[in-house]
Amino acid sequence: MISGMEHKNPDLFTVSGVRVQGAPPEAATRNACKLCSPLGAAMVFNGIRGCLPFLHGSQGCATYIRRYMISHFREPVDIASSSFTEDDAIFGGARNFENGVENVIAQYSPECVGVATTCLSETIGENMIGMIKDFQKNHADKGPPLIHVSTPAYTGTHSDGYYAAIREVVAAFAEPCKERDVTRVNILPAMMSCEDLRHLRELCTIYGLEATVLPDYSTRLEGSSWGEYNRIPPGGTSIDEIKSMGDAAATIEFGHLVANRIDSAGMLLEKRSGSRRHALGWPIGIKLSDQLFTSLAIVSGKRMPESIAFDRGRVVDAYVDAHKYVSGKKAVVYGEPDLVIGLASFLSEIGIRPVVCATGSKGKGWKDLIASEIEGGMEDVLALSGADHAKIAEAAREVKPDLLLGSSKGYPLARELNVPLVRIGFPIHDRFGGQRQLSVGYRGTLALFDRLVNAVMESKQEDSKTGYSYL
Amino acid sequence: MNTGDPTGGIQVLSDRSDQVWTKGSGKAFVCDKKSAAGSVTQRACAFCGSRVVLYPIADALHIVHGPIGCAVYNWDIRGALSSGPQLHRNSFSTDLAEKEVVFGGEKKLKASLIELIDYYKPKAAFVYSTCIVGVIGDDVEAICKVVTKETGIDVIPVDSPGFKGTKRSGYQAACEAAYRLVGTGSTENLGKYTINLMGEFNIAGEAWMIRRYFEQIGIEVVATITGDGRVDDLRRCHGAKLNLVQCSGSMTHLAKLLKDEHGIPMQRVSFFGFEDTARAIYAAAEFFGDPEIMRKAQELVRSEIAKFAPQIRDYKKKLKGKKAALYVGGAFKAFSLVLALRALGMKTVLAGTQTGSAEDYEQLKEICDEGTVIVDDSNPLELAKFVIEKDVDLFIGGVKERPVAYKLGVAFCDHNHERKIPLAGFEGMLSFAEEVAASVLSPVWKFVPRREALAVAAFEEARKGEGK
Ligand code: SF4
Ligand code: SF4
Repeated sequence: MISGMEHKNPDLFTVSGVRVQGAPPEAATRNACKLCSPLGAAMVFNGIRGCLPFLHGSQGCATYIRRYMISHFREPVDIASSSFTEDDAIFGGARNFENGVENVIAQYSPECVGVATTCLSETIGENMIGMIKDFQKNHADKGPPLIHVSTPAYTGTHSDGYYAAIREVVAAFAEPCKERDVTRVNILPAMMSCEDLRHLRELCTIYGLEATVLPDYSTRLEGSSWGEYNRIPPGGTSIDEIKSMGDAAATIEFGHLVANRIDSAGMLLEKRSGSRRHALGWPIGIKLSDQLFTSLAIVSGKRMPESIAFDRGRVVDAYVDAHKYVSGKKAVVYGEPDLVIGLASFLSEIGIRPVVCATGSKGKGWKDLIASEIEGGMEDVLALSGADHAKIAEAAREVKPDLLLGSSKGYPLARELNVPLVRIGFPIHDRFGGQRQLSVGYRGTLALFDRLVNAVMESKQEDSKTGYSYL
Repeated sequence: MNTGDPTGGIQVLSDRSDQVWTKGSGKAFVCDKKSAAGSVTQRACAFCGSRVVLYPIADALHIVHGPIGCAVYNWDIRGALSSGPQLHRNSFSTDLAEKEVVFGGEKKLKASLIELIDYYKPKAAFVYSTCIVGVIGDDVEAICKVVTKETGIDVIPVDSPGFKGTKRSGYQAACEAAYRLVGTGSTENLGKYTINLMGEFNIAGEAWMIRRYFEQIGIEVVATITGDGRVDDLRRCHGAKLNLVQCSGSMTHLAKLLKDEHGIPMQRVSFFGFEDTARAIYAAAEFFGDPEIMRKAQELVRSEIAKFAPQIRDYKKKLKGKKAALYVGGAFKAFSLVLALRALGMKTVLAGTQTGSAEDYEQLKEICDEGTVIVDDSNPLELAKFVIEKDVDLFIGGVKERPVAYKLGVAFCDHNHERKIPLAGFEGMLSFAEEVAASVLSPVWKFVPRREALAVAAFEEARKGEGK
């Protein structure tokens, strides 16, 4: 037994238990801070009513993604696959596709099938659109609609797959405006928790708006106990609802990255139906939440309701009450790009420096995006894109942060540095209830702030010799 | 869709009807075939099979050659512990980008290997090929040769693109890869009574417990393959006199190679449950034919059982008559579980596996009770259907099966590679009983819709009775 080593971050030691030395490896990815794009697409398909995700390729990808989602949501996640054999990989999987979708229809009676490609089917150049057309022709156009999104994982991460799927769903179904309905609004969320999705809808209701949330996996991936087996769990946005998204007064689309894209789902809706897009950041913290409430006010034509103004006031009050516990602390933040930007903004408004802002996604202008949301300049902030957890760890060892914010995947580092990890994002599989953590809007900000402050207090307590019982 | 049928009218796919069998039905049963497209199989892929087998070799570098997903989805998700190096708990990948998919990933693979080996100083390296690599045609074998030469350590390709057969084909590829190390080390210092423990993955430290049993009776364990595995142990494991093969699905191929090329006999054993654990220890003792070893073995078994039996009896009283469903990796494990459940007074009404062989299933069919349903390569819908139809009290499976059980208000016990509780050996039987009891006897089930409905029905029934 190499003593003590088992408590340390496994990326830090040679096999004989000596601390690694020299320049860190650059070519390989070590402990990725990203997942692959079909996962993002599968999330979206889980947010459409009666939709069964189907990955065209070998079955391992589907099973792995199911397993991963199940461990976070603790709900059934069925994802079908065309189960390629060696022959299919060489000659194409058209036959498997047809047979697979038939089997899915037989077993699940889906209202629609969400087809995403995997790296394999992308590489061998499967003509998905043709195959889908053929399928529909062969079935006399009687089967459920098939939506297709192209998700080669080697060109992007799970968040790219997520946004791409939303866009394809909108492209496939949303119709031009028939009759403008000023009481309706479209919400295109980032990869948020179920509770976040529910809260966004609730906020719209408070402003007198009925929201179409796309995707809405909030009941499907966090449902009640069942008396009978639901082949496809209830919940999700119906195709009919998606069809009429063009009627809504406006679309609120979240995510800094999406905001910069001219071909985002929100832009597509705007072009097709004239329903105006509001591009917002992931609404964490007062500043980014203010933007959300401003948009809601504009769309609804209503001023901020009392109850929400009061929520905002409570956040400010909490910020004040706890400012000393967190002021001047340094944090390392990692995860989906949009989440990291939101967190950076939130942290900087409570006086924590987000000294490392890392994402596994690669993207131009990452540093500028971070810079746009934090106060006090970037001299002490390291913005890492295309980062893996080994790189994040290296940066963190340098800056000696007081806490980490991100998914469960930061745990080895938190343990090594003996600092708290405030879990947020995906996946959270070493804590309970990640899917119902609220972090958006004023109320979400307050909940997150409480979690964060308590994490800091708890670690202070644990580290103290005195064992303060009154902090 | 309310059909009044709690299974929601789920039907077994016609493509799969010969993979579902009921004892007493006299029907034919088929296994070990490719999963039907669109069936939402619980199986992963051949790559996953190879990764499962080799992953616990803790002083080797494991690098997944392909796009990122395949690597990251199995980053440290398994409970295979190491008593020393922790290198296996990292997730290394060439994380191929579009450019490499188009122009080939050989360069990146080579650079990755050289850097990682230089940095972490592993004893050997395994390179897993995923589907993409299978089609873009990288010459992984050649790269491995070059890097072996440059670094001086064995760099071994694992030919396991996901589409290549089933998970079992992945096991085979892993055995081939591991076998490349076998026979390359010195066996000089090995004693008279030596064994290898094969198909033992040291989940939650199980290999340590089992190793201790053998050491106590004077048998030396040369290598645990692959739990708490070491490259040097593999190199000299051909020096052992006997192979005890636990997870036969994963290790049969390696055991066969050791038998054919090195003349080492193999025995299938299981360390799950009192009966099987005792049988495994006796099998080894008998093999060496030394009365002293046998005496020690008997003593060990006696004292261990004496230690735990009373507590097991207590659990049995509480669990008696409960019905269990199980869906696990291999059929040999299912076989042991049926026995262990029986020891707890429970009945197995549904047994299934992802990768059982015909031979495994024969044994399983024999030991099961009349009416038990046996499924091969099942899926969530079928599992749910049978859970409801058989009205089970407990489900044993892995993470992917858990929601099927929980959604329907059924107790659950994790018996897969991701669990964190040791279930093998004598003390493992106690933790198994504890784990099962903790779930089955929890008061929460009375709230779940299925049970509530039954309770209401019983109440109505009773009231009617009174009215008469
Ligand atoms: S790409 Fe192939 S190897 Fe990778 S997870 Fe999918 S099926 Fe398995
Ligand atoms: S092959 Fe691509 S899609 Fe499949 S798991 Fe790997 S990265 Fe993801």
